[in-house]
Amino acid sequence: MRLTTMLLLFATLVILAYFAARRRAIAMAGGHRGIRNLHSLPAHHGYYAALCSALPALLVLALWALVGDRVVMGQVITTLPEPYRSMEASELSLVLNEVRALASGQAMGGERPPELEPVAGRFLALHSASRWLLSAVVLALALAGGALACWTIRPQLRARNRVEAMVKALLIGASTLAVFTTVGILLSVIFEAVRFFGQVPIIDFLFGLEWSPQTALRPDQVGSSGAFGAVPLFAGTLLISAIAMAVAVPIGLMVAIYLSEYAEPRMRALVKPLLEVLAGIPTVVYGYFAALTVAPLLREGGEALGLDVASESALGAGLVMGVMIIPFISSLSDDVINAVPQSLRDGSLALGATTSETTRRVVIPAALPGIVGGVLLAVSRAIGETMIVVMAAGLSARLTVNPLEAVTTVTVQIVTLLVGDQEFDSPKTLAAFALGLVLFIVTLVLNIVALLVVRRYREQYE
Amino acid sequence: MSNDNPGADANPTRPVSEARRKVEAGVARRHASERRFRLYGLFSVMFGIVFLGLLLASVVGNGYSAFRQAQVRLDIHFDRALLDPEGRAEPGLLSGADYQLLVKSALGEQFPEVTERRERRELNGLVSPMAAYELRDLLLANPSLLGTRQSLWLPADDFVDMLLKGHVGRGAGVSGRPGGAQLAWVDRLKAEGRLELHFNRAFFVSGDSREPEMAGVWGATKGSFFMLLVTLLLSFPLGVAAAIYLEEFAPRNRWTDFIEVNINNLAAVPSIVFGLLGLAVFINVLGLPRSAPVVGGLVLTLMTLPVIIIAARAAIKSVPPSVREAALGIGASPMQTVFHHVLPLALPGMLTGAIIGMARALGESAPLLMVGMVAFVADVPGTPLDPSTALPVQIYLWADSPERAFIERTSAAIMVLLAFLLVMNLAAVWLRRRFERRW
Repeated sequence: MRLTTMLLLFATLVILAYFAARRRAIAMAGGHRGIRNLHSLPAHHGYYAALCSALPALLVLALWALVGDRVVMGQVITTLPEPYRSMEASELSLVLNEVRALASGQAMGGERPPELEPVAGRFLALHSASRWLLSAVVLALALAGGALACWTIRPQLRARNRVEAMVKALLIGASTLAVFTTVGILLSVIFEAVRFFGQVPIIDFLFGLEWSPQTALRPDQVGSSGAFGAVPLFAGTLLISAIAMAVAVPIGLMVAIYLSEYAEPRMRALVKPLLEVLAGIPTVVYGYFAALTVAPLLREGGEALGLDVASESALGAGLVMGVMIIPFISSLSDDVINAVPQSLRDGSLALGATTSETTRRVVIPAALPGIVGGVLLAVSRAIGETMIVVMAAGLSARLTVNPLEAVTTVTVQIVTLLVGDQEFDSPKTLAAFALGLVLFIVTLVLNIVALLVVRRYREQYE
Repeated sequence: MSNDNPGADANPTRPVSEARRKVEAGVARRHASERRFRLYGLFSVMFGIVFLGLLLASVVGNGYSAFRQAQVRLDIHFDRALLDPEGRAEPGLLSGADYQLLVKSALGEQFPEVTERRERRELNGLVSPMAAYELRDLLLANPSLLGTRQSLWLPADDFVDMLLKGHVGRGAGVSGRPGGAQLAWVDRLKAEGRLELHFNRAFFVSGDSREPEMAGVWGATKGSFFMLLVTLLLSFPLGVAAAIYLEEFAPRNRWTDFIEVNINNLAAVPSIVFGLLGLAVFINVLGLPRSAPVVGGLVLTLMTLPVIIIAARAAIKSVPPSVREAALGIGASPMQTVFHHVLPLALPGMLTGAIIGMARALGESAPLLMVGMVAFVADVPGTPLDPSTALPVQIYLWADSPERAFIERTSAAIMVLLAFLLVMNLAAVWLRRRFERRW
């Protein structure tokens, strides 16, 4: 049975359960006039039956989506001929992929071992059997749940309370999804990172000075030692982030000050949305602009000054990233500057200070915790920014502080390691997850510190 | 100061007037610094706006020409002898025929003096290799064309296109550039009115291609659409449900605090980390297909969920308590209060937040690189399970391509993407204006 047919049937059953339960509740109450004999409205009885019918079946569906394929494959493995059964897990998964390709008829590239043919047939049989079983179980559960709920309907059944309890459980489930996401990120990244640290010592990774992840395909190959010292990546990330912040912090802050302290409402209404457009432009567009327009400009400018600027210089990527971050800083600072009470400004102005003196000596100090928090968040964005650096920064891991040279960053390396063909056991791919772990931890710490700074040092004016 | 000054005015003495002189001497300097400060501010604002203008100008300036494409008018003879030598008009046979031959013979008729092998090859290079496929589709759609002679506009090769638009110089000899003979042919075709820039339909209706003249954004647009559909269907109900719970029902305790910290933190996690999650969980553990919009949509769901939750909570918060109290007062249960009264009032705000979240998801590319949506996919996806790419990823892929013609196509794809974003953001603004209520 096709999945869509099954889902359609399932939805029909659930809707049927709703109407059946509603009718039954009305009948129990003795027609429409007797509705007040019911504890809950007929519709609540309907919802109750629908939920009873849908929830268990959905649970089974979700479970099958998680493990169904695995169970089928486990069965297939037991039917594999001998040389395959004692294979390593990674080789086995390749074989299983072949089986899958054979079964789906997309067998390309000819040379598949003929002994896999019957296995593919077995896989197909198991697969369709599991589909049928799933459909039967889901539809039976939906039917049984709906029927049972209809059966239990009495005038005094507290259907509304039960429905509300179930809905509340669903709401709670939705709200915990964020926690599951965090746990999922942590687990997936840590799991692979630990496997990586099993092959490359964590000390070498964190403090090693050489990064060249190309591992040798053959032992006698030259030049691909596979060194995983991440310091050059961290240095490159910090260099580009520092350039970005050097652009974004002063300009973003001045924009916020100008818009909140100087600009007329008309200008503010015009300029603010314009700058927000900068925040809405996708980063891939910034990357393209950096690579196509800014980098050649810098190169030509450097040549005119007699400087040797790399075509993928850290400066270009950093500059463009800084512009991307300007609206982020300016809107966060704008909020905290506007939160400073007018009475403070009035007091300072009344003492004869100019607007700039008031801003520098009264408003900014009062808003400082919020501004620092915003800057920290901006740093975490700069560190995690991917597309701009992928397109405009280099690939060579060089340990330098010269912004005119090409450097590479953590995110660039994650992308280059994971895009394209990959085997899932080589330290090369696992290294990407170790880098991801570092990235996640650093941004997490920055976010938490930003939150703490804002909370701890916020001046309360009420 | 406040104690001294009145007395000082009444009875001017030497030290006070000195203080006053000092103050007055400083006024000019202070005003100058005030003006400077203000100028810095103005400069910063201008910097942002000028940069935005430069960015847009560079994209539009590079990209506008991609909406037109050089086409050559050739008299194609759907020759039975070439296509169907045995005289059986079967579709299977016709689809396998060599349509390149038609183009070649038409070009040969046009330039009968070209006979040498190498020159013939150069001549055939004027027309896109994809023109043969267009002819095939045309004939399969309308088999009665067989044996007739048609004057058709066919896509020219990308270097002719670039030459016509003035993007490459006429300097001959460099590889990839037209040679002298080719230049002469191009000029002749142009003089005869057989070579013109036409509206580039292929750009809007076809998928990716290695040939710039046939590469289009439709495949990527559809991939993006499927992805956003998955994202919207999952993240909006889940986000609203989470927001309702946290805003209306959650007790104030450590667990709730923990959930909130998690949501706020997820909103600031780099997007590429979500890509790592998608790769490890959706693809490696759950075995979902690589490069499928479903997986991209799932990853983007996790990414946009915090945004939508935060926006939905703000919308719920803005519904005044009096609405809830009135509902509760006439006997509604808390759940009925929320679903019958609070939710409808908060819905416009939630939708605005959802649209903004979707716009962000549309522009996102880094996590999609992780789940394999960077593959070269020439087919337009038909379902969310087909391999596909997305608009921003398509831009990334084209930006990496060496052909000059892809520069303008990249810019044009950016214009398409920005147009979508503009429409979405305008919709959000309109929703806010239309339904915003001040209580």
